[in-house]
Parts: sequence; C-alpha cells; structure tokens
Amino acid sequence: MGLGGFFTGKLDEAIGWARKYSIFQYPFVTACCGMEYMATACSHYDVDRFGAGLPRFSPRQADVLFVVGTISHKLAPALKRIYDQMCEPKWVVAFGVCTCTGGFYDNYATVMGIDTIIPVDVYIPGCPPRPESVLDGLMKLQDKIAAGAQRY
Amino acid sequence: MAERTTREIYLGEGSGTGSGSQHLYVNMGPAHPAMHGIIHIVAELDGETVVKADVEIGYLHRAFEKECERGPYNNAIPYTDRLNYVSPLINNFGYASCVEKLLGIDVSERCKYIRVVMSEISRICDHLTCIGASAMELGAFTVFLYMIKAREYLWELVEDVTGARLTISYARVGGVKADLPEGFGLKTRKAFKETRQVLEEVGKLLTGNRIFMDRMVGVGALSREETIAYAITGPLLRAAGVAYDVRRAQPYWAYDRVEFEIPTGRNGDNYDRYLVRMAEMEQSMRIVEQALDALPGGAINVDFQGRPMDPASYVDLGKQGKTEGLLLIPITLSPNLQGLEKPVHHQVNVADKRVVLPPKEETYGSIEGLMNHFMLIMDGNGIRPPQGDAYFAVEGANGELGFYIVSDGTDRPYRVRCRPPCFPPMAALHRMIEGEMVADVVPSFGSINMIGGELDR
Amino acid sequence: MDGQSALLRLTTTFGGRIIETHAYRGDHTAVVERSALLDVLRFCRDEADLGFDFLMDLTSVDYLKYPGREFGPRFEVVYHLYSLAHNHRLRLKVRVEEDDARVPSAVPLWPVANWFEREVWDMFGIRFDGHPDLRRLLMYEEFQGHPLRKDYPVNKRQPLIGPKN
Repeated sequence: MGLGGFFTGKLDEAIGWARKYSIFQYPFVTACCGMEYMATACSHYDVDRFGAGLPRFSPRQADVLFVVGTISHKLAPALKRIYDQMCEPKWVVAFGVCTCTGGFYDNYATVMGIDTIIPVDVYIPGCPPRPESVLDGLMKLQDKIAAGAQRY
Repeated sequence: MAERTTREIYLGEGSGTGSGSQHLYVNMGPAHPAMHGIIHIVAELDGETVVKADVEIGYLHRAFEKECERGPYNNAIPYTDRLNYVSPLINNFGYASCVEKLLGIDVSERCKYIRVVMSEISRICDHLTCIGASAMELGAFTVFLYMIKAREYLWELVEDVTGARLTISYARVGGVKADLPEGFGLKTRKAFKETRQVLEEVGKLLTGNRIFMDRMVGVGALSREETIAYAITGPLLRAAGVAYDVRRAQPYWAYDRVEFEIPTGRNGDNYDRYLVRMAEMEQSMRIVEQALDALPGGAINVDFQGRPMDPASYVDLGKQGKTEGLLLIPITLSPNLQGLEKPVHHQVNVADKRVVLPPKEETYGSIEGLMNHFMLIMDGNGIRPPQGDAYFAVEGANGELGFYIVSDGTDRPYRVRCRPPCFPPMAALHRMIEGEMVADVVPSFGSINMIGGELDR
Repeated sequence: MDGQSALLRLTTTFGGRIIETHAYRGDHTAVVERSALLDVLRFCRDEADLGFDFLMDLTSVDYLKYPGREFGPRFEVVYHLYSLAHNHRLRLKVRVEEDDARVPSAVPLWPVANWFEREVWDMFGIRFDGHPDLRRLLMYEEFQGHPLRKDYPVNKRQPLIGPKN
C-alpha cells in the first residue's frame, strides 16, 4: 500500500467516524413499537447522545430508515417507495420482531419480515424491544457505518 | 383525478384551463410526518380549505379477529395487548371480562380493584401520549418531552406489576397474572406526584397559550347530535357535552365503589377535547388512590422464616419427583412469576378450577393439581364456555371498548369481535376537517388519538 | 325500561317479523327478519321509550363451522344498540344465506354504519343494499376473497409486492 492508499484509508475512516455520529433517521412508525421508539427518543433514554436525535421526516434527507412496527401487505408498497426515495449511502434498521420476521402475526395481512422487500442492516428483536436493546442496535449500526460496510 | 392532480401541482391553482380556479387534490399519508399513525387522506382543496376528504385506513390490519379464533381463550390475550398499544391493560381486562361473562363467573374483590388500578394507570399513559403527540405536531416539542417523561414514571409502575413495559399480557381469564408487588402503593403515590407536577407544567404551557388556543379553539368541532349519530364515545363525546362514561353508566369491576367526576366540555372542538383529557387524568389518579386505599386482602408477600431456596431449584426438584418435604419449604418468589404463589391465587384469582391454572406448587406437588393443569393446557381441553355469545364493554382510553365473543362450546373462541373506540371518530374525521384549513387536519386528527392497532385490528 | 321490556315491545309491535328473542348472560337479543330490519332499527331509534340513539357496533359472524348450525343460514349480521337516555342495550341479529348475502344498509339511520358496513363487506362479503359507497375498508382492492370467512385460510397471503409467500 502506497502513501496514497494510506491517505484514502484514513480518509474513509474519518468519513466513517463522522457519519456514525450524524445519523439522520427517518422513523417509519406504524404500530406498537412506536411507543418504545418515542420512549427511546425522549429524555429518559435520549437517543441524541448517539448523534441520532434528529428525525428527518423526509426520506430524501435521511440516512437511516427506522422501520418501526408491523408492515402489512397494504403498506408494503409505501415502504418500498420510501426506501427507494432515500439517497445513498443509506441503512435500514428493522425495529421490533414484526419487521424482523413477522412476529406472531403469521397471517394473511402481514409481511413476514421486511427483508423480503428491502435490505436490512440491523435487526432489533423484541415485541417491542426495550430502549436498551434499541440503543444496543443503534451502536451496532454505528460500528457498521464506521467500518464502511456497504452492501454494494 | 390523477391527471388533474399532476397538472395542478405543476402549474398551480387555476392554471391550464383558463376557466378560473380548480380544486387541488392532495394526498396525506400513509406515512405523513405530521401525523402519528398510518392513514391516508385524499383531500380536495379549494385554496387552503379542505372541501372534501376521503379517509383510507387498513394499513395496520393484522388480522386480530382471525388470529383469536386460532388458539385457546387465553392465547388471545397477547393479541389484545396490541390493539390499543398505548393502554394495553384496558384491552386485556376487557377481553378477560368478556370471557368471564360468557363463563358466568365473577372475579374476586381484590382482583377487581387491581384491574381498576391498572386500567386507570393505563388511561393516564394513553392521555399523556395523546396530548403530548398532538402538541408536538403543533410545534410544542417541550410538552411532548415532558409527557413522555411522566409516562416513563408510570411505565415503571406497570413494569413492577406486570414485568413488561408495554405489551404486558397481564390479565388472565378469571384473574390476573400476579398480585401487586410490595410497596406498590407508595411507589404509585410518588409517581403520581411527579405526574401531577408535569401536568401542572403542561397546563401552564398549553392551556392559556395563545398559539395553542388559536390552533385548537373552534377547530374540528362536531355537534352533539352528529357525535351521537357517529356513535363516538369517550373524550370526544364528553367534549361535546354528553357525560357518557361506561364506568358510570354500567359500572363494572369496582367502579361503583370509587368516587370520580366525569369532565365534560361544551363545544366539542379540539380544545375541549384537550381539556377533557387533562381533567380525566386527574380523575384517574383520584380513582387509583381510592382503590389502593380500599384494596381488600392486604399485602400478600409476607416475610418468611426458614430456609430460603431459589425458585428454579424448587421447580427442578418437583420435576424430578423429589417432592418429599418440598411443600414445607417456604419460598420467596418474584410476584411477577405467574402462578408460583399460592396465596396470590387464593386472594386474586377465582377459585374456579375450570378456568384458572393452579399454582405451580400444586401442579408439581399433587396429582390433582397436575391433572387440573393439564386439563387447562392440553389441546381440546382448556377453558370451555358454554355455547352462546356475550358483549362486554369497558371504558377504554378512547371510549367504549367492547368485546363480542361467540362461543361454540370448545376451547377456542368461535368469533372475537372488538368494537374499537377510535373507529367511529375516524369514520367522522372527514366531517371534522371539511371546511377547515389544511393545517387544521393535523390537530383534528391528533385529537382523535387514532391508534392503528385498534382501528385496523 | 330494561332489555326484557324492550324485547317485549318489539315482539308486540312487529309480531312474526321478529323470529326469536332471548336473553343470555344479561344480553338481550332479537333475531329479526331481513325484510323488517330497517323498520325495526328505525323503530328502536325513534320510539321515545326505546330511544336507541347509538349504533355501538355492527359486525357479522360466519356460522359455517358452528356445531349444530352447519346447514342453517351461513351468516348473521349483528347490531349492538345503546340508548343514552335509558342506559340500556339491545342486540339485533339478521340471518343471511350465503347465496343471497345481502342486507339493507343502515346508513340512512346512522352515518357510522357506513364504515361498519364497509368492514363487514370487506371481511365477510355481505353486501349492503343502498350503501352509498361499498368499497373494501381494511384490505386493498386487489385482495381476493373475504378473510374472516371460516373457509379463508388464515395464512393465505396475497402480497402486492415481494415474494408470494
């Protein structure tokens, strides 16, 4: 590795470091998990400590898509569309077991895990996950962002 | 419609045809930033005024009613948690009470009081979330943070009792999962002190606030007649001046033994709904305090003497058949572990062996207890209400929450219908927003407190 | 006036058009002939001593697999009424055959029936004559069948996008 390679490597690292503390999230809140999402975002657990406190309510300005709550087949096209509207680089967090696998809603109405529709980076199981596990998932996502682990 | 919409968006109002102004169609939702919940409103606008609105729901349809038919009666309880997930305890108890009505049994006094206490705590959580979220959508973010802070104190109480924060599955047919823990009364009073402080702060921030009042007063109003025609119950009906509350009209559990007022409004607009909800929280706290004072049976977890033993090894010994002397060993267990304490059952749950699982001590300690356990757990056995149907209504946080259950005599409900309290107001949402400005859609929608899980089931 | 006398009032007024009445666990029920449904509902709402001003709930039950009722009319549409003035409740039922699954709409009496009936149409496939806009309410238009019918498999999915799981 030459000097140029060294600098690009360092640059990537710096970009990764900067990115991981400036997560602009788009909360796609549909169901029960939204209550825990609120609890995580507010003062008791304070997601702002991790640089992810500012939700952007437009997918075009967001980096991370938080899919919070059950996705039904009726809603699936909307979710796909929102994901497509986000700009690269983008990450997806599946918040709650319904988004991970469909949970205990194994029926005609629900999607069995959002990874059948869009790619997912971090899965946070739980019905709903406690704020502690959400923060754990968030830190895992930060590691992933810092490592520059891109899917493409 | 679609063609006109695109052209209007690109060219602006009244352009293109030369024939004066045209109406503009705007889609709001299903993922709209200023609305907590996934609904889709197609609004026909004249300038900024909503002329006509079509509300589309169903984005959170999770087949609650179909899922309930799949398993035994107690299996539906986790699904009821997720109906109104802001106040899951009320749904739990409503469903359990409906099955009890079908069975023709009555729960113990202590259980009734526990249900009252937990329901009212849930109702406060619900109102806190509703007011907080709708104030946030009007720009008052501070209020939201305060309200969630207060909700967090109450959730700690709920967690102490049920073991979970949100999806608690606390009710059982014929009782509750566990008794109230020791020191619950004190903790509750402390949490209420904090909550009252938050409510006072919020009252100062919002109630007389010029901006808030401008956005809320006179907006989204429904007349008394129209509210009744749309079968709207709960805070929305009370804000229109009708003092209907299931807790008062058809008292269930212990509501006839506690004193409370039914706050009402006059104008039926968003501001009155806000005031009614604020006043109801105070009333709920009053009910809880009275119920805790009157809680019959007293404390259950007493100090033990003798050798302590951890629950897991106790259960292991029982499984290995080493039951000799086991029943003599006193044991302390978390009151949150289901069925592990005999006294809990004797005081909280009904004595009916057809319905309630025996304490684990009996299951592992005696053949009758084991048989009783299997009779309730095994497929095809379990709780079997006689053929028939029953409707039971409780006062949910949003209004009358009714369960209509049809039994075919087997261990599975034949049909479970939930009458969702926020369904009628959503059916009337177009009446609330037609004639108002686009910006008024947001507070009107917020005042309904639409909960997707309950609306779409 | 309690539920029992409300039932008596209905049977004396409508006679044979009320098929049967019963009370179970404190709930009073009248099974009404379909042709008389709207008259009975209107009577319940407008008569001063009945005064059922709330249509609390409107739903349906599919009796396809109910023991002892396999060969009777398949559906039952259930109306729960409540009276604010008298504080009493009443349940009305209408039985509907599968090949003729139609019920007159209650929208002219109570506007809330609009959505309730759309939901019943969506979930059970029962049509409401005179309904202004009978579309699906909870499911999407592309959905085939009516999921709360007993013969609809609980996990038969019809996804709009994604794998056909």
